[in-house]
This record gives sequence, C-alpha cells and structure tokens, in this order.
Amino acid sequence: MEFLSPSTLEEALEAKSAHPDAVPIMGGTDVMVELNFDKRRPPALIDLARIPELAEYGPDGDRTRLGAGVPYTTVIEHLSGRAPALAKASRSVASPQIRNRGTVGGNLAGASPAGDAHPSLLATDATVELASVRGRRRVPVREFFLSLRKTARSDDELITAVLLPEPSGPQQFAKIGTRNAMVIAVTSFALALDGERRAVGTGLGSAGPTPLRAEAAEEFLAQEFDWEGGRSPSEATVRRFGELVAAAARPIDDQRGSAEYRRHALAVMARRALSWSVTDYRKGVTRCA
Amino acid sequence: MAVTTRTVTDLSSTTKDGVGASPRRPDGTLKVTGEFAYSSDMWMEDMLWGATLRSPHPHARILGVDVTEALKVPGVSAVLTHEDVPGDKRYGLEHQDQPVLAIDKVRYKGEAVAVVAADHPETARRAMERIRVDYEVLEPISDSRRAALDPDCPLVHEPGTIPEHPEYNQRGNRLRYQPVRTGAFTEAAGAAGRESGVLERLRAEADAVVSSEYEVGMQDQAFLGPESGMAVPAEDGGVDLYVATQWLHVDQRQIAPALGLPQDKVRLTLAGVGGAFGAREDLSMQIHACLLAMRTGKPVKFVYNREESFYGHVHRHPAKMRYEHGARADGTLLYATAEIIVDGGAYASATPAVVGVASSLGIGPYEVPNVLVDAYGVYTNNPPCGAMRGFGAVQACFAYESQMDRLAEELGMHPVELRIKNAMSQGSRIITGQEIDMPLPMVEMLERCRDLPMPPERGALADPSDLRTLPGGVAGTTRGEGVVRGVGYGLGLKNLCFSEGFDDYSTARVRLEVVGGEPVVLVHTAAAEVGQGLVTVKGQIARTELGVEKVVIAPSDTQVGSAGSSSASRQSYMTGGAVRTACASVRAEVFALARERGLVPEDLPDTDLSLSGGKLVSATAGALVSLADLLGDSTQGGTVVEQTREYHHRPTEMLDPELGQGASHTQFGMCVHRAVVDVDVDLGLVKVVALDAVQDVGKAMHPQQLLGQIQGGSTQGLGLALMEEVQVTDGQIRNPSFTDYLIPTILDTPPMRIEVLEHPDPHSPYGLRGAGEPPTLSSTPAIVAAVRAATGRPLTHAPVRPEDIVGIEL
Repeated sequence: MEFLSPSTLEEALEAKSAHPDAVPIMGGTDVMVELNFDKRRPPALIDLARIPELAEYGPDGDRTRLGAGVPYTTVIEHLSGRAPALAKASRSVASPQIRNRGTVGGNLAGASPAGDAHPSLLATDATVELASVRGRRRVPVREFFLSLRKTARSDDELITAVLLPEPSGPQQFAKIGTRNAMVIAVTSFALALDGERRAVGTGLGSAGPTPLRAEAAEEFLAQEFDWEGGRSPSEATVRRFGELVAAAARPIDDQRGSAEYRRHALAVMARRALSWSVTDYRKGVTRCA
Repeated sequence: MAVTTRTVTDLSSTTKDGVGASPRRPDGTLKVTGEFAYSSDMWMEDMLWGATLRSPHPHARILGVDVTEALKVPGVSAVLTHEDVPGDKRYGLEHQDQPVLAIDKVRYKGEAVAVVAADHPETARRAMERIRVDYEVLEPISDSRRAALDPDCPLVHEPGTIPEHPEYNQRGNRLRYQPVRTGAFTEAAGAAGRESGVLERLRAEADAVVSSEYEVGMQDQAFLGPESGMAVPAEDGGVDLYVATQWLHVDQRQIAPALGLPQDKVRLTLAGVGGAFGAREDLSMQIHACLLAMRTGKPVKFVYNREESFYGHVHRHPAKMRYEHGARADGTLLYATAEIIVDGGAYASATPAVVGVASSLGIGPYEVPNVLVDAYGVYTNNPPCGAMRGFGAVQACFAYESQMDRLAEELGMHPVELRIKNAMSQGSRIITGQEIDMPLPMVEMLERCRDLPMPPERGALADPSDLRTLPGGVAGTTRGEGVVRGVGYGLGLKNLCFSEGFDDYSTARVRLEVVGGEPVVLVHTAAAEVGQGLVTVKGQIARTELGVEKVVIAPSDTQVGSAGSSSASRQSYMTGGAVRTACASVRAEVFALARERGLVPEDLPDTDLSLSGGKLVSATAGALVSLADLLGDSTQGGTVVEQTREYHHRPTEMLDPELGQGASHTQFGMCVHRAVVDVDVDLGLVKVVALDAVQDVGKAMHPQQLLGQIQGGSTQGLGLALMEEVQVTDGQIRNPSFTDYLIPTILDTPPMRIEVLEHPDPHSPYGLRGAGEPPTLSSTPAIVAAVRAATGRPLTHAPVRPEDIVGIEL
C-alpha cells in the first residue's frame, strides 16, 4: 500500500487526481478500523493531516466554514452557538480520544447511514465543499447522499469543508444507543426550526441505507407551527409529526435493533425534539419582543 | 530496612503489608502506566507469525483441503492441517472431543481448519487466502431445546466419530442430563406420570403458583487482551510455551499428548494475562503454536484479533429455562420445578460441570420441601460455551430470583420479606441434601441491603438536567420525559472451588534465606495471575506467616506443581492455602534449626514460637534470635530453608444421576444486591443509579482488591442485565466486535455502596470465602427486577433489550 503525504491542498488534490482510488485519511477513526479488520485494502492512503487549510474554521459570509479536518472536540468547544445540533451530535460521538481525532469531513466521506454528524447537517441544510484539480464546487448535504455509502463526491475530489448556515431557531439532536456512552446509533434524529424562512429541517440516522430527511414531516410542521407566537402545537400535531418522521424511515432489523423499534424510537425522539424546540423557540420570540 | 533497627519492644508488631492490609499490587504501576508486558507484547528476533484458517460454516463436511498454493507464498514456512498433528488429534477439558485442527467435519463457525507460520502476519493472511477447503455445507443444529428433548434431532457428534473410542458419545446431543428430586418428588422420581401427579397435588395445595420461561443470552467474557502466546522450540526436542492462560498444568496436560511429547518436554510459563473470566480455561492457540514451532524450528507467535477472539474462546452458556414455584399464603415455599437447558455448542468444554452447578444450585438458597429440577447441557452447532464467572449459577439465579419477585408480587409481599421468609442459613441443606456447614447470614444480609441509604431522587440532584445522569446519557434522548425509577433486589448462592469429586489441589514452593543481611522469602507457584490480585495476596500471606517484609513472587510456570485453575473464585483459598501451608513447613524447619543450635529454651513448645519482624520470637521469652543470625547469608554458605507443599480442600462427591443428591460443593458464597434504576419507559433505555451490595467474604484478605472484585463482578452482571449478548442466528455470530457487543462504560456504571461481612468459614484458610463470582450472580436479577418495577413488563430475557421495555416482540 502506498502512503502519500501531501503538505498542501494543491498537492493533495494532485495526488487524488493521480490516484482516484486512494483513500484519504485524517483522524483515521473509520479508515484504520476498516484496515485493521481487513474490510478494505486500498492501493494508497492520502494523509491529509498536514494540510493547514483543512484544520481551520471561521465565518464565511453569513455561514460558518468548518474545515473537513476539524475534530469533533473543536466543534463541541467552539461551535455550540453557531451549530447547536452538530455540537450536540459531536458530543455523542464515541469517546474523548475518538472525538479528538474524528472529523465531520471524515464522517461525510464514509457516508455511513449511522454517521453521527449527518442528521444535523441535513436538518440545518448545510453544504459540502468539494475540491479537485478541476476546481471547487458546493453541494447541499441534502443532495450529497445518493445510496448506501455512495455520495455526490467524484473519485478525484476531496471534501474540503462544510458550510453551516447561521441558526435562526432551535436545533436538536438525539441518538439511541443501548448504553449510555460510546455507541453507534441504533437510530438518531435531528430537528432544526428556521424562524427566518419559516422552514423545518429534519435528519434521520440509521434509519435507511443513507441518512434521510422526513420531508412530509417538515412540510406538515412548517404549516402547523405558530411561527409568530411559538404556541405549543396540539397533542395531535405533535403525534402526527412523530408519525410522519417514523414513516420516512426505511429501517432494517439488524444486530443493533429491530426496524419496528427504530420507527418507534424515531417517533418518540421527534415528539420530544419538537417540544424542546417549541420551548426554546418561545424563549427566542420573547427575547426578540 | 526497619528490621535491623527494631528494638525488642516492637517485636510484637505484626509484619507490614500482611493479611488484611491493602498493599499495592506489584504489577499495578506497570499496568496503569502502560508498561506491563502482556502476552501479545512478546517478541523474538527470528520469530514467525502464526495464523489460523477458520471455518466459515457452522456445520459442514470437509471434502478436501489443498495447501499447495499457500506453501508457495514467499515467506511462508509451514502450513499444517490435522494430518500434521503427530499425537492425539483431539483435546478437551473434560471430554477429549475437540480436534486440534478439523478432520472430516466442522461443527461451528470459526473452528480451526489449518494453521500457517510466516515471516509477517500479512504474509500469513495471504497464504490463508490460498488454502482451498472443499466444504459440503450441512444444516446447523442450532436449537438447544430441540437438541435436548427431540429424539429425532440429528446428532452434532455421531457415535463412533472418534474411531479409537467407539464408545464415544452414547448420549447423543445430551452432554449431561442431571435431575434433582427432593420431598414428594423423590418417591415419584423417573416416572413421568407419577411426577406430574405429585405436581398436580402440590399445585392444588398451594395458595399461589407462578410459572414462567426465562432466557439468558450468551455472554462474552470480554477480556481486553486477546488470545496470544509464543512457542519456542527447545534443544532437547521439547518446546517452551509462553502464554496467557488460567491454568498452566491443564494446558500442559492437553498440549503434550497432541504433540506426541512427554509432559516434561512441554514447559509453560505464564505470560502477561489481560483478563480471563473463564475464557482462558480452554486451549486456543497453544497447540497450534507448538506444532508450528516444532515444525519450523523457530519461535512462533500468535495474537488473535478482536473478531477472531470472539470465535477463539468459549462463552457463557445461553440458557432456556422453565420454572414454577408454589407457596402458601404466608409466603412459605411449598414446591419448585425447573427445566434448565444450557447450550454447550459444538464441543464439550466445561459443559458437564456447568450442568452440575446449574442443577444443584437451581432453586437458590431457599428452603423448599419439594423440588424437581431437570438440567441439560447439549451439543449444538453454535459457538462452544464453557467457563465464565458464575459458571451455571448465573443462569439459574436469574430465573429463580425472577420467580421470587413474581411470587412476592402475587402474594402482595415485599420481595425482601418473601426472601427472608424462605431464607437458608447455616445448617440448612440445599436441594442436593448437602448441609451448609459454614455461616450463611442470609437474613442479616438481606436486612442490611434493604436498609442501605437510598440514592437521592432525581429532583434532589445538584443538576437534574445533566445528561450524564439520565438514561441515554449524552446522546440526549430525554430531559426527564418518560423517566421512571425502579428498585429491585437479587441474591445468589455460588459454589466456590471445584465441585463433584474434583481434587483441585494447589502447590506452593516457599524459600526463606538471608541476602545482604536481610531475610527474603521467595514464593513460587504455577497459579495464574489474571488481574484478580493473587500475586499481592501470596506476598501478604508469606509476610504474615514468616514475619518477613521482603517477599519476591517468582514467575508462574510448570517448574513447580499444579496450582489448579484461576477460576471458581478458588485461588485465595487454594493457592493461598498452599502458600500458607508451605510457609508453616518453612517455619517449623526454622524452629527445628534454632532448637538444634540451642537457641530455644527446652521448655518452650513450638506453639509459643513465631517469626516476626525478621526474628524468631517467643511469646513468653521475647526475641530469641534474628533470622539473619540464625540462617546466615545464603551467598556465603548460609542456610536456605525451602519447602514445597500441596494443599487440598476437603473431598466432595458426585451428584447421583437419578436424584441429584450428594455433598458436591466445597464452599458456598453469597452476595445480595439492591439496584436502583431510572428507565426511559418510552424508549426502553436504562440508567442504573445505584448498585449496592452486601457480601460475606469470611475474611477480607486485601480489602481494596476485594472491593475491586465486588465492583467488577457487579458490573459484569450489569452488562448481562442490560446489554451483553453474543447474538447467534443459525450458528453465526452477528456481533463479533466491541462495536456491537457492548460492555458497560463508566457512564453505565453507578456508584456502589458495598458492605463486607466477615463470618469466618471454619474449613478454609483464614476463614476466607472466594469472592469473585457471587456478585456476578446477584446484580443481574436485581437490575432486571428494578427495570420490571419501573415498567411493569415481565422481562424474561437477560439482557433486557429496549424492545422488551417498550413492548416490541423480537
């Protein structure tokens, strides 16, 4: 196996162009596990750890630009205000050691349906920045996941950053695991209320072959929600929202849980996330008034 | 050293760091700083790497194995199959039924078919890809109940499977069937019709009857250090094996015949053991490494990876159980019946002994006048199961404790009250007729446990919104919604040391000499330090018995006699007993030497003498002579006193095959648990808030290590209650990794209030009782009972799954 170690992004993109089947490695928390378990034998690895640009984050217009190599720990410590759902999700990732190494960019590249970052990126309508020797382009996360572990990234492209919109309302993330820390999601859910655009965003993890949105649930809630006053929706509305979220799931039975449980848990998490969001939203409305 | 400056006045002081103190572990600093050499860390310049080709099928006939292409891979030194095993082709702990390398059939997924030695693990992997095995895949026999009870079930081991033993396996899939009958069931024993007649009559007499089926899943020992070791060929034609194991001599006994060598040509030394819990009682890579080392003439190292480890060792037997209890209105138990089926998987391992424990302790420490137990251990094509902490008692305990809770509920009694009502005590006889002839303060333990202070209610927490205090933890699934608290109790009776006629003696060699003017004791045993702390306790005993502070613990190897297994909570008892006995012999020799030299007044009997503070001391006459003066420096021709002694516990009996009667156990231990849980009843997630315990240990040899054992055992039981299960479907493990086989993290492990009682056992050294296993029995039913209390669900499967709590059928 070849080990390529570029020190600039340009070199990295050239390497990726020359070796489209090379696997980029940053924190190594996914790639190394696959190598160690002999699940994958790539012809080459491209080590991205020495490229400064990837490890940076900061404002980008009205959004936050999160370099693909920024570890979860940084997201938790510095971005809980700019990206609340992503920060909550980051906090639920594995152990402190893994959070120090693992990155949102790596999560996107692996595109596991269980990836902890994905539901919040879907719910908040984040954008992936891709680069290659051909140039840079931006793809909404909502169009990024194509099928099981397949994404819109071309073989010669690297993920360079994620662009996180400025929150304009409450954001939630919750994840089911059968122990109280260090678990892969049995299923997970993210919710974002966008008060400015009066839009609702959702994201479902471990609920289908790709991370999913519950679009019918989003539209339903956007219609039903009292965006002016933030009044609590009726019990029937909350229940319906939960049902629509669960209906969007396409889960399977596996060693982590049954499909039926996943649907059930998604409905519960959706109802709870909605009630937390309404409480937070009202606080926001009151503050603005 | 302090010894040389002591005055006569402090001669009575007991030796520092002796029995009852909590000195530091000699290997503690190395372990916490990451410098301890585990078996997987061993390295030799010219060593080869071993690797194992395993069956992908749970059940298949082998039509042919072709290693030609594998041998052509550059860097490969040897590829071996069953044809290359020079001696016995099968081995086993109790039954010699497991092939060293599969012969004509594979009986579980992961069974070893061929082994490779190569210059690099990657080379070995490539070679294994080139071994061609032609399989005819067969239907796996995976239902243990069918294997036990259906006479038409195909056999996992056909009679005559072992040509040199044509009598082999006359019992079909039933490895062992052990009934127990007491009271009215005794007369009716063996006649199904009469037994059901007795049962009908007892049912009619009872005011309350509860019955249920229970299941305990296959638990993994989940040690952190995977199977590993290194075999080094020796010039005398033998082999030296450095290995992480639980019992060096039982390994040696199985390895030598397979290699066609006499026992003394196979020498074992214990390498650093990264946990055991029963999983290292069976062989894994031992014979394979020795075969390859002898074939290649080079050292051969094996290290299993984590997934391979799940296939490479035995697990806790999953159990299917049916229980019925009948009681009078005041709670007095009238009868109990139990059918216990444990799945032994493809090879026998310790299954017969596990059945012996599950049957004899099947009803627990309760006075029941009429008992009918049928316990079965069966062969299937599931992964082999064998020893794990709790050993058959864990499975039965989950069922009988669940039954006691159901009965209490049926009768409107507090669960502790019902248990007290039927509690055994010293002098009681368990269902095998064996008398508990040692203290069993069960009522006191229950009352103490019930009266322990409760943890604060959620509302009383400093920060009730702290996600770490809630079910689901930092994954943020609740802020208190759906959270209901529950409290549950559990207790268990465990046999300690080996049972049923097994003379599991231990041997210790103790040497006393003076080096550099200072007395030094060397303790040499073959006992395996597996993390439990025996290495500390051996030193404590030597200090107490010989009054010498400086004790050196020799590496454990087969150059000294067997110490028996580091299992069954037995090493403090057995190897502790052996060290104590050897010390007593050394001491007697020192006394004799002093008398010979006229240093002891003739009227003083030996009972007046002791060794203390490096001196020979008389209770009446004071210090008589220092050991330094008496023995002289061993480097200058001084006297070396050395004694080797065996220690045997009192003999035990086999259970009789019809009524299950007999004094089969050496010692009994008990732990009582109270669990407090917060359950998210909507999502089925659990946070254990408190897991408090009362345990009688007879004598706390090392109080700090003892607490570690109770905390660890309780946590392992917590794992079985809430998350730990090797999921097996049609003989295939679905979760062979720590990604999907979950064990408790620190966030799952609650604070534990532990009360230790010390009612000495008159039969054991220092009155001690084995302590490692009892908490593993009782914490599981206590936690499940607490979850039942919070949810109202029956919860008959351990571990409890979120689906069970929210009511989704699996």
